[in-house]
Amino acid sequence: MGQQLTGPIADTTVFDLRLSRRGQRLNKLCAALCSPQERDAFKRDEEAFMSRFALTEAEKELIRRRDFEGLIEAGTNIYFLLKIGSVTGTGLYKMGAQMRGESYDEFLATRHIRGAV
Amino acid sequence: MGRIVGGIGLSHVPSIGPVVDRGRTQEPAWKPLFDAYVPVREWLQRLKPDVAIVVYNDHGADFTFDKYPTFALGVAEHYAIGDEGFGTRSLPVVEGDFELSNHLAQALIYEHEFDLTLCQELAVEHGFLVPMNLCFPHSTNGWPVRAIPLAVNVIQHPLPTGQRCYRLGQALRAAVESFPEDSKIVVMGTGGMSHQLQGKRFGFMNEKFDQWFLGQLEADPERLARITHQEIMEQAGAEAVELIMWLTMRGALSPQARRVHRNYYAPMTTGMGLITFEA
Ligand SMILES: [Fe+2]
Repeated sequence: MGQQLTGPIADTTVFDLRLSRRGQRLNKLCAALCSPQERDAFKRDEEAFMSRFALTEAEKELIRRRDFEGLIEAGTNIYFLLKIGSVTGTGLYKMGAQMRGESYDEFLATRHIRGAV
Repeated sequence: MGRIVGGIGLSHVPSIGPVVDRGRTQEPAWKPLFDAYVPVREWLQRLKPDVAIVVYNDHGADFTFDKYPTFALGVAEHYAIGDEGFGTRSLPVVEGDFELSNHLAQALIYEHEFDLTLCQELAVEHGFLVPMNLCFPHSTNGWPVRAIPLAVNVIQHPLPTGQRCYRLGQALRAAVESFPEDSKIVVMGTGGMSHQLQGKRFGFMNEKFDQWFLGQLEADPERLARITHQEIMEQAGAEAVELIMWLTMRGALSPQARRVHRNYYAPMTTGMGLITFEA
């Protein structure tokens, strides 16, 4: 089978097929956000939007709480998660700061060039 | 006859799109990145390629996990600009090259046994467009080169191995060389370098690894192609695994290809590498 993936990596979620299968409905919701009409629909009525994707209550709660780390663990692919980030006004670096358990400014202070945003 | 005249390895960070669109390329934080492309653009103007084959990955703009191909080749006359969730950038439609795509499909599938998914409609996004922005500045009339997208699954494991990506590059080279028309082609391998965008390890970068990768890509690509996904992700971050697409670019060049440019800039969360070769 080859030895491409040999074991867990610290503080890292590897998006494999099992995780993708678990997150399929979440990822379908994210994919729908690739259209301006759907982004408007999300902003207009988030609950109604979520109800179209057969999410569990726990999955909906992750979106309501903007729990990005939880969404990753629930099988949302990071690049799909960025679409929720965009529609909720949470850019990549803000999402990242949350996942690191830092404030946005604390996170920026760890970067080489803070202006490249 | 078709001929590969050059290869480019380069990162495809999404934030570069709005920087180009809003004319911010000369701001201090971004200037070092764009300055590195000045000589590359001059070099490309001398090489005058007819077609760029862009090895990239879709980030959920046109493919979803309902169906996610391992390798997919664009086989159309035009490629639309995709909306990956942040709106459609106002860029000219990308002109393709159906005759070359058709030839590549026949040669790769019949001769080289790479059974690609063939796409008559494919909307391209930052993975494809940012490298185009950096190397081939567009005008209102369009892009200075025709382009063919070659999408690779680098986001949902199991991914193709580095070795397989390298072999695809070698097959691509043979396929180009059996194209009957006179056509000059550059191959672009995009993505990476070190970065991780999730978990407590968000923002992880490793310049030492990136510099090593650039060096090995030049000096010993056969050996580099044996690197595993695990090794890349451990040393350079989970999302760095997309570097396997650079191996396709390198495989498409002769082993003795001459390295022309090399640059590295890592301002925020991604090691932005650049390397070019003359075939
Ligand atoms: Fe990518």
